[in-house]
Amino acid sequence: MGTTLAEKIWADHIVSSAANEPDLLYIDLHLIHEVTSPQAFDGLRLAGRPVRRPDLTIATEDHNVPTQNINLPIADPVSKLQVDTLRANCKEFGVRIHSLGDAEQGIVHVVGPQLGITQPGMTIVCGDSHTSTHGAFGALAFGIGTSEVEHVLATQTLPLIRPKTMAINVEGTLKAGVTSKDIILAIIAKIGTGGGQGYVLEYRGSAIRALSMEGRMTVCNMSIEAGARAGLIAPDETTFTYVKDKPHAPTGADWDSALTYWKTLQSDSDAVFDKEITINADELEPFVTWGTNPGQGLPLNSNIPNPADIADVEERGAAERALTYMGLTAGTPLKSVSVDTVFLGSCTNGRIEDLRAAADILKGKKIADSVRLLVVPGSARVRLQAESEGLDKIFLDAGGEWRNAGCSMCLGMNPDQLKPQERAASTSNRNFEGRQGKGGRTHLVSPLVAAATAIRGTLSSPADL
Amino acid sequence: MEKFIAHTGRAIPLRRSNVDTDQIIPAVYLKRVTKSGFEDGLFSAWRSDPEFVLNKSEYQGATILVAGPDFGTGSSREHAVWALQNYGFKVVLSSRFADIFRGNSQKAGLLTVLIPQVVIEEIWQEIESDPKLAITVDLESKTIRYGSAIHTFEIDDYTRWRLMEGLDDIGLTLKKIDQVSAFEAKRAAFKPQTLPIRA
Repeated sequence: MGTTLAEKIWADHIVSSAANEPDLLYIDLHLIHEVTSPQAFDGLRLAGRPVRRPDLTIATEDHNVPTQNINLPIADPVSKLQVDTLRANCKEFGVRIHSLGDAEQGIVHVVGPQLGITQPGMTIVCGDSHTSTHGAFGALAFGIGTSEVEHVLATQTLPLIRPKTMAINVEGTLKAGVTSKDIILAIIAKIGTGGGQGYVLEYRGSAIRALSMEGRMTVCNMSIEAGARAGLIAPDETTFTYVKDKPHAPTGADWDSALTYWKTLQSDSDAVFDKEITINADELEPFVTWGTNPGQGLPLNSNIPNPADIADVEERGAAERALTYMGLTAGTPLKSVSVDTVFLGSCTNGRIEDLRAAADILKGKKIADSVRLLVVPGSARVRLQAESEGLDKIFLDAGGEWRNAGCSMCLGMNPDQLKPQERAASTSNRNFEGRQGKGGRTHLVSPLVAAATAIRGTLSSPADL
Repeated sequence: MEKFIAHTGRAIPLRRSNVDTDQIIPAVYLKRVTKSGFEDGLFSAWRSDPEFVLNKSEYQGATILVAGPDFGTGSSREHAVWALQNYGFKVVLSSRFADIFRGNSQKAGLLTVLIPQVVIEEIWQEIESDPKLAITVDLESKTIRYGSAIHTFEIDDYTRWRLMEGLDDIGLTLKKIDQVSAFEAKRAAFKPQTLPIRA
């Protein structure tokens, strides 16, 4: 019997393995940011331990940083302390850091791929659940907690119990206006927020193969929203072309060896997954969430569901609570819901292609008077690229705000937050209660739906314009 | 890490599913650089409602949280575990935990016990009718006991052993550091390094 891609990468990283123990896995790359690392560095200091492999570690500032006036000191003293602590820790332990103002600063999951340090067949971890993003390259990448951050800093390994594998086959062709974001929102609605618990997801099928690297990153990014720590896609020519010539891509003979290895990174044709599901891409529509977990989503043309129609008691209760929190009435068309804010950005949809797609819709148009449009590039490099293409002017001319890079309103750790009862169409990944600001209400959407919604002021797709 | 053999305490019913780590501790509380003092952020949005179960006088001092399914979804923040511990919780019971949250709690010494939803429902009813009920969660015998009831639970032997011995994972791994070095010696040369910086 053959093996799956995830099993191959796992096997290639086993340092030690024994019965009734977790495997000890080697970690090829450790990404760090300011929020989940300070206590880990403290632990090292207390034990007198160094960072074992600073050359496999890289830090950036993203969660806390302001997206305006970045030349000034960070105004919030607690945020400032956390960022300063990261800088001091990186200096003390010899870790590479890209700080605010640096061209390589940005959201950790945007920075890794653009530097070319995210490559196929690697194990990649970060104290952030959206590390699954890097799975788009055929890497085994997953989020960890701070205890594990300390463990990786000290040993470059992690003891882990081997996960099960799930194949998610997405076959067919997406209609115009339907994107990778709609694929993943539809998957989460189908399997639920706990459907992927204990699994590594492998996204397969013709609709996945047809996606760009950026589209694949959007899909893998939200694996955690389906409960899976990791999601991945077998590397192919699209992957190799993307990686080639990036600053840290292999060169010369190393490139040839790497490519030979990367081409072996596919699930065998006779590999057996523990679970398998299929999604028909032909039937997908632009998707939007109506509730307070990412599984509570529907095609944009739907009406808000009636909790009374839900058979499962837990789910019914959750739907009732969600509608109350969201201030929505069952039966109302989703397209009649007005928003105050549109957020375009995050590690899900803050890459150059996302900005291009939204700019294409917004070009020559004005956003609704009632709407605030916040455009936050995923990295300083993405911002520069967008400016070189004139995208910033399109957003500004349409009445939007053009900001600096960071996590921003995805989680509202910096000043970019919703006020109580404000409603956002957001290209980010979580519609949890209060995620974007206490009392704020979030509808997860694709960049295309975000742009159309900004123009019309109500949840809309480009076809509605 | 403190050893966990068994714990007896009062319990609190959290009748909600899909309690994500943003609810357990919102992002605005994550700016601290310590592992302590997070109790004020625990369920902070819900605690502004006087009717929220944590605010009820009969449940003050409870040390066992009995949660709905899919507890701890979302963000990997270990601050969620610290907030529960800082507040005084020693054990969380649920029929389903998110993977990262469960891993974090096992590293930090907060016992997370998986039991079927029917048992959760039974315990909810018991503690709602008698909030003073003493519940014992025994890792050694893998049982939950109260009154005359006994429920068994499963946990992998390795995690159980680590928790009962109070062992630190890093210390265990450092005993195998020669194997790590041997692995490193065989790593492919084409694997990327972050240093020196290439532009």
